[in-house]
Amino acid sequence: MAKADFETPELHEFVDVPLLVEDTMAHLSPFVAKPEHNTDLNFPGELVDDWHDKALAKLDDLRGRFRSLQVYLDSCVKCGACTDKCHYFLGTKDPKNMPVGRQDLLRKVYRRYFTFAGKYFPGLVGAKDLTRETLDEWYSYYHQCSQCRRCSVFCPYGIDTAEISMAAREILDSIGYGQKYCNEIIAKLNRVGNNLGLPGPALADTLEGLEEDVEDETGVAVKYPLDVKGADILLVTPSADFFAEPHVDGLIGYGKVFHEAGVSWTISSYASEAANFGMFIGSYENMRRVSLRIRKAALDLGVKRIVFGECGHAWRVAYAFLNTLAGPFDFLDPNYPVPQHILEFTWDQIQKGNLNLDKSANDDKVLTFHDSCNVARATRMGDKPGGQFEIPRNVIKAVCNNYVDMHHETIGERTFCCGGGGGLLTDDLMEIRVKGALPRMTALKNVMEEEGVTHMAAICAICKSQFTKVLPYYGMDMDQIVSIHQLVSNAIILTGQDSDDEEDEEELDEVEA
Amino acid sequence: MSLFFALLFIVAALVMVTGLARKIIQYAKTPAPLKIPTTPAPVNRTGVVLRLFREVVFFESLFKGTKWTWLFGWMFHLGLLLVLLRHLRYFTDPVWLPIQLIQPFGVYAGYAMVIGLVGLLGRRIFVDRVRYISSPSDFLWLVLLIIIGFSGLMMKFIAHTDVVMVKEFFTGLMGLSFGTLPIDFPLMVHLLMVALLMLLFPFSKLLHVPGLFFSPSRNQVDNPREKRHLAPWAKAMEEQRN
Repeated sequence: MAKADFETPELHEFVDVPLLVEDTMAHLSPFVAKPEHNTDLNFPGELVDDWHDKALAKLDDLRGRFRSLQVYLDSCVKCGACTDKCHYFLGTKDPKNMPVGRQDLLRKVYRRYFTFAGKYFPGLVGAKDLTRETLDEWYSYYHQCSQCRRCSVFCPYGIDTAEISMAAREILDSIGYGQKYCNEIIAKLNRVGNNLGLPGPALADTLEGLEEDVEDETGVAVKYPLDVKGADILLVTPSADFFAEPHVDGLIGYGKVFHEAGVSWTISSYASEAANFGMFIGSYENMRRVSLRIRKAALDLGVKRIVFGECGHAWRVAYAFLNTLAGPFDFLDPNYPVPQHILEFTWDQIQKGNLNLDKSANDDKVLTFHDSCNVARATRMGDKPGGQFEIPRNVIKAVCNNYVDMHHETIGERTFCCGGGGGLLTDDLMEIRVKGALPRMTALKNVMEEEGVTHMAAICAICKSQFTKVLPYYGMDMDQIVSIHQLVSNAIILTGQDSDDEEDEEELDEVEA
Repeated sequence: MSLFFALLFIVAALVMVTGLARKIIQYAKTPAPLKIPTTPAPVNRTGVVLRLFREVVFFESLFKGTKWTWLFGWMFHLGLLLVLLRHLRYFTDPVWLPIQLIQPFGVYAGYAMVIGLVGLLGRRIFVDRVRYISSPSDFLWLVLLIIIGFSGLMMKFIAHTDVVMVKEFFTGLMGLSFGTLPIDFPLMVHLLMVALLMLLFPFSKLLHVPGLFFSPSRNQVDNPREKRHLAPWAKAMEEQRN
């Protein structure tokens, strides 16, 4: 898709709720998966002939296995509370991108075939037949949802469009109408061990390179170990961390924190991916298959703990689902939560005073923080509800002098998705990605102008990739997006590091005292 | 005529109770295989009870969502609750003291209910987003409820009906003895619409009432790391594959 066939929305002081313009995004659908990617995931290769009956049978199956789906299909009263909450609606004006509009694409079919009212009075309750057009509409609009759960915060019944989108994608997959981006990546992970398809030797190479870089820079031999049996900690991190800026700077940061904490750790080449795209396609079976790699790696390497790197949807699957999908983890050290987030680990080290931090190393920046949608609304960090908001901010404030929040209605549980989550981070969906970023871009632009913010920290591989790509569309700079552990990495003074700053020693004394 | 209403209410009550029971059993039997509370979420059972209490009583999430819808919706539901409590006097003898005490408030509640409904109808007509998502049934529900409220208020303020007779009819009906109703137009409309509501309840969006209590994003405890959560079908799948 060429760059210029859509217009980037203009930024204003506020994101006004637009008047509806129907079908502005009806033209946009992601590339369809190749047969081999579908079959790798145990789905039919291509759209099956009896897709109509198969789709309905799948819907019936799913509503019997997922209470969320059954309850959410029944309970909506069309109150409209969600209608202005989705970033994709705000950026596109398309009513089918309103959460309830999106849900209704499936709900109207559910009503037609599975409810008394829809069977006998379809016109009265808005029930519709399942047609080929419906199917294409599902394919289009259920791939314009990032499963960010913002709508579920405001729904009086907690209806979560993510659950509906996942079910719809599972139905589409079950009839051979899968999405290329997600299915190709899951197939790749099943084959190689990570989404980017980096084989073990390439990983080893990358990690060696990092060790050299860090030693060159600091004079300290920080290790970035791979497949080390008997290490204490298995680090599972998004594969983007091995590869691209600003992700890799985060990985450097994790390594420095582990080094200073004095723990042994390792990455596994077999389970070298935190992200679990099985969630995006709503497939419990595929999500489980991906998760089991982590269990196997932990068992094979004989680790005591599992720590996850910065990644949003990954942390959801890890925090909320891993125990279900791949547990029980009774073979790990019961003194630590399974799994732990790297920020929980780092914050704990900071509180214990194990890290020597020079905040001034980040004085060239004024930071703000983008709460990743799935971390914010589907997980927790630490013991208390809301820890997922506090701990990242605490860590940033421990390593930076200049921090401000964006507008309160765009952070915390109300945070806006970056626009690229949920299996949308692909170039064939660039239009919805750019338009969906509007609310976050607006909030960022405001703090840049009012508070002099220069950088936005994020804790998700998708957010980082998405912003890197989308910021330029809005006239901002791709380098403005940073990892939190990149900031930690900048500030940390390693034990024995060549120092050119006299403050360092004082701080060292303080920490030791 | 009285016999018609007697039979109608027996059928309507049966349909509502069995229909709702069927849905509740369906919801209860369908497992929630994954932990999906919308976070920040309570980390223990007590917290979940409080969260649901705030949702049911104050419409906490809707308040976060849109203030106008919350205001009208809350007026309507609270009004309806008081009105329903007030109506218990037609079904109990002697009338319980708390029900006696709320009688005067029940009348104001009738107004609040109708005003709330009119507000909701206004939103449905004039806000383009809400109009877009509305089916004919969404309008008709509001109209039905407005007719119920309006006919009820009419009997209080304009054309009094013989409430003693109505009470005898319904207390009798509860013991399956068929009495007589006063033949008043507002009462006929009122009762007809109420019966219709009861008949349609389990087949309609009124299922949001049980739905809220079964919504995993609201009723789950946020403790997936501490406690393994496994649905029966997922367990069976595990045993089969391992």
